[in-house]
Amino acid sequence: MDQNKKVFELKKIAKSFDGEQILKGIDLDIHEKEFVTLLGPSGCGKTTTLRIIGGFVTPDSGDVLFLGKRINDIPPYKRKVNTVFQKYALFPHLDVFENVAFGLRLVKTPEKEIVQRVREMLALVNLSGFESRRVDLLSGGQQQRVAIARALVNRPNVLLLDEPLGALDLKLRKEMQIELKRIQQSLGITFVYVTHDQEEALTMSDTVVVMNEGRIQQIGTPQDIYNEPANAFTASFIGESNIISGIMHRDRLVEFAGRNYECVDGGFAKDEPVDIVVRPEDVEIAPATSEFLCGTVKDVIFKGVHYEMHVACNDFMWRVQSTDFTPVGAEVGLRITPEDIHIMHRTTYGGEKG
Amino acid sequence: MTKGRRKLSGVYIALMLLFLYLPIFVLIVFSFNSSKGYSWTGFSWKWYKELFSNELILHSLKNTLIIAAIASVASTVLGAAAAVGVFSMKNKTLKGAINNVTNLPLVSPEIVMGISLMLLFSFARMSGGFLSLVISHISFCVPSVYFSVLPKLRQMNGNLYEAALDLGCTPPRAFMKVVLPEIMPGIITGFLMAFTYSLDDFVVSYFTAGNVQTLSITIYSMVKKRVSPEINALSTILFVVVLMILLVTNVRSIKKERAKEKKMMKI
Ligand SMILES: Nc1ncnc2c1ncn2[C@@H]1O[C@H](COP(=O)(O)OP(=O)(O)O)[C@@H](O)[C@H]1O
Ligand SMILES: [Mg+2]
Repeated sequence: MDQNKKVFELKKIAKSFDGEQILKGIDLDIHEKEFVTLLGPSGCGKTTTLRIIGGFVTPDSGDVLFLGKRINDIPPYKRKVNTVFQKYALFPHLDVFENVAFGLRLVKTPEKEIVQRVREMLALVNLSGFESRRVDLLSGGQQQRVAIARALVNRPNVLLLDEPLGALDLKLRKEMQIELKRIQQSLGITFVYVTHDQEEALTMSDTVVVMNEGRIQQIGTPQDIYNEPANAFTASFIGESNIISGIMHRDRLVEFAGRNYECVDGGFAKDEPVDIVVRPEDVEIAPATSEFLCGTVKDVIFKGVHYEMHVACNDFMWRVQSTDFTPVGAEVGLRITPEDIHIMHRTTYGGEKG
Repeated sequence: MTKGRRKLSGVYIALMLLFLYLPIFVLIVFSFNSSKGYSWTGFSWKWYKELFSNELILHSLKNTLIIAAIASVASTVLGAAAAVGVFSMKNKTLKGAINNVTNLPLVSPEIVMGISLMLLFSFARMSGGFLSLVISHISFCVPSVYFSVLPKLRQMNGNLYEAALDLGCTPPRAFMKVVLPEIMPGIITGFLMAFTYSLDDFVVSYFTAGNVQTLSITIYSMVKKRVSPEINALSTILFVVVLMILLVTNVRSIKKERAKEKKMMKI
């Protein structure tokens, strides 16, 4: 139960494929109940790192420790870790129930317990009543949930997720982000999550691990990463969003920049202090009326397809991207729609309360 | 313009079907002819009755069926195992080489297969007979199984096997529980193809049979002496059996598609 207990430790992990070094010395600790996200551009070695934790790839050098024991050569089927694969990888010849029951049947769980645990898990991922459906006829989001249930039903110490929401459309992705976070907190399992979407990383994680070209660039809380990027790479990869502090009054109502906003998130404590992420391209320039948050344009740079500007509202500098030119000094309103407001728990890793 | 073209293509298809099926149709009709000549004298089961009292034909039919059964089962096991093995090989050049070599028996003339197998057996001081027949049938059936299983493996989501390991399967168990069900349709298709290939093979059998009588060899020797309507009856039966096998394979896949579509509609 100790939240600082290390579950996994990666020590100086290196791995080459076809003579090309993909991982160049990865050092990473993963703690109990932590939501860790590996964040980085495509091809930087996130999946390979995850596969090393799962046991599908053996590192060339370095050690993988599980609860302090070296497990470099332990095969995947002997690790108390389960994976949600990028392309779901559900078993097409089995129905939803049997997919989820797969791991339980392997260890000869009594039938009664199987039924109970599978039902429980399907309820957790909102798929009750789907037991006898064929998996290849489910929607992408539903398949994703089955994959999560199939992994979680085995009560793993650690759940590995490789871009689990990559194939879903924006709205669904948003919903699933919230749901995944809820599941992680209610079960108290360690999640190691891979994504190339910085906003997803910032809003879901306790700890973000920024990677580039086979090296870890920075490890820290979303706030650390955003506010104090350790190097130019992190700054340019992360620093594009607006992050502003706010208060979550109740489900779907958040206050920031002195105004109340409708949003799509829920599941926070009443009046919980939170951080809000808004992408610059999601902020829309509107007339300077009382309907919107208002500010003054401080600078404008043409970036080829769009203008990037800074708009000062009270003491916060908003980064805004727009295809329309607005002169410096103009008074403008900022329109932010509910789906574009991303809400982060203001916690350090592991804690429900921070 | 387009109408004319459509008509033309209709005529073309009709002609093609005529050329393909007229001989078989004539054969089937005359297998029920009551006299020996090629003029219709009335319906009868006479030739079928004679066929089933012909010891030689029954004996060679039995040989053919036994050989087809052994050869198709053996080549299914070998071909499927080879496909899985080659598929999971890491060396890409070797992989390509093996695929090409396996393709050779499918594209090379049967007579080459027959003669080379005959030479092989005489080198090995093996006289033609039952064993050499089975071995040679296996050798030309394996590629057809191999090439019907391989696409199924390629279509399979690469993470399925890993997902099974992840959930606690040992590698052999993961194969049995996840990979095998995925490639089963390919294995069944391959098996049926191997069975029909073996059943109607003449050329390779002719070179390797020694003094074992298979159905095709018996028919050949009977035709050489005199044309007997019994052969028509036998060919009709063979045609119907092969047609059945084909129908079963096709209906199976069509049914699956339909079921899928139906379920899609419901959702
Ligand atoms: N099994 C493999 N064989 C050869 N190259 C691989 C293999 N797995 C990954 N790679 C290479 O390693 C690099 C990093 O891959 P990956 O870890 O999947 O990156 P990411 O998940 O961050 O996009 C890629 O260039 C990829 O081509
Ligand atoms: Mg990846």
